[in-house]
Amino acid sequence: MLSAREVSVVYANSLRALDSASIQIQRGQFVVLLGKSGAGKSTLLRCFNGLVRPTSGDIHVEAFGSIFESSTTLREHRRRTGMVFQQHHLIGRLTALENVLMGRLSRYGGLRTLLPFGRADRLAALEILDRVGLADRALARADQLSGGQQQRVGIARAMAQQPTLMLADEPVASLDPATAVQVLGDLHRICREDGITTVVSLHQLDLARRFADRIVGLAGGRVVFSAAPGELVTESIDTIYAQPGATLPVAAE
Amino acid sequence: MNRAAFYETVLVSERKAARRSSVLVGAILLASIAALATTGFFDAQRFAEAGPAIRQLASEMVPPDFGRWQSWLRPLLDTLAMSIAGTVLAVMLSLPLALLAAPNTSPHATVYFITRTLLAFLRSVPEIILGVLFVAAVGFGALPGVLALALHSVGMVGKFYAEAIEHVDPKPLEAARAAGASPFQVITHAVLPQVLPQLTDVTIYRWEYHFRASAVLGIVGAGGIGFELMAALRLLNYDQVSAILLSILACVLVVDSIGAFLRKSLK
Repeated sequence: MLSAREVSVVYANSLRALDSASIQIQRGQFVVLLGKSGAGKSTLLRCFNGLVRPTSGDIHVEAFGSIFESSTTLREHRRRTGMVFQQHHLIGRLTALENVLMGRLSRYGGLRTLLPFGRADRLAALEILDRVGLADRALARADQLSGGQQQRVGIARAMAQQPTLMLADEPVASLDPATAVQVLGDLHRICREDGITTVVSLHQLDLARRFADRIVGLAGGRVVFSAAPGELVTESIDTIYAQPGATLPVAAE
Repeated sequence: MNRAAFYETVLVSERKAARRSSVLVGAILLASIAALATTGFFDAQRFAEAGPAIRQLASEMVPPDFGRWQSWLRPLLDTLAMSIAGTVLAVMLSLPLALLAAPNTSPHATVYFITRTLLAFLRSVPEIILGVLFVAAVGFGALPGVLALALHSVGMVGKFYAEAIEHVDPKPLEAARAAGASPFQVITHAVLPQVLPQLTDVTIYRWEYHFRASAVLGIVGAGGIGFELMAALRLLNYDQVSAILLSILACVLVVDSIGAFLRKSLK
């Protein structure tokens, strides 16, 4: 349903974040991108919804072909793609409900969004908050919530788009281990229930093993492993977590 | 390098830094004295002569004469209306200009530069000059005062708005973009919710300022209580002048406390 084809990204400071990475993602799968920080996980995820534009290569989806075809294509693709961020990216002074409603913006034209959201949207947002167990906190300001609750609001905001594809960039990296398992479990359960294809970047091996249908290992901007968690043997783990300089080409300075 | 030599270099650079800052302080001191001298502050003669004149004026101002208070009510209300109308117009013009003048929402570097320049220009024309121009253009009354207040304030308010917008947290913006929001929706739903408290603050402060400024604008014929103040001054009715000043003070206090109340309840 989604594929990266020979994607390379070179940032303005000439850092090569991705080096002709190619992967195919099947419909309905829960895929984990595994790698150390700096391996290119965030960059690859951001290529999947065009927040980062590949320097070369392309991103294809079943529905549109290349997502960079036109700005309309890109927006339509983003509308169907939810994203959960490491630091949740909420607006602290708005309520949880208002933050979730942000996920419904793209259904409306510019001027219509100047009016308040209608009852149907508010109800839908509240139902989604309920699915992540936060219906009772809907009217609390986002900055009054705990870290785990904030990330659940982040998940609810992405779900409010009714996406067919969900991207999550280190969604549990700033949470304690127990909360991390719960929040990732919520994301996994909800995406499973709704049949949403999901790509999550993680750096914790145990979490990847626990939830992934498939693990894609990244190191130094390259795909070094791609298989079911059961096939992840010690040797492949070493490749993913190897020290740069030891076995990997160092990113260009 | 041995330790002693190293200590010596540290001490030398410390001394250099101290000398640099004392030169700077000295220069500021010198400029201050020069400014006071140029403006005649050290002319003891003039201060000596000022004493009796001030005493004379003060005695004419006391007691304040509130006899004509009924004819000041309408001008005071006019001044209040001018301050509100001027603020509304300033906000309506400032918001779109600020979005063009903030680097993170401006569509193009050229637009950014032109808008910044326009705002700086509006700021640098004093409202009293704008008042004179608008009185000539649209005639006496509150209208030229409102236009002058609004136009001058756009320069100030637009700049403050732009600075608030410039410093928003970019993370919610990325989230909105990822959700497929259009650039316009990113502004209305990710930028503005973050800066609303600051914008409100600036706006209320500006309203308070407008009330004081519109009192002055009356002097050039732009309506309001300033017009009455000028008339009393021309007729040398200093007891009425002090009464009007006290009325303005009372209104300023009221406006400021309404502003404080709004600020608290709009947080």
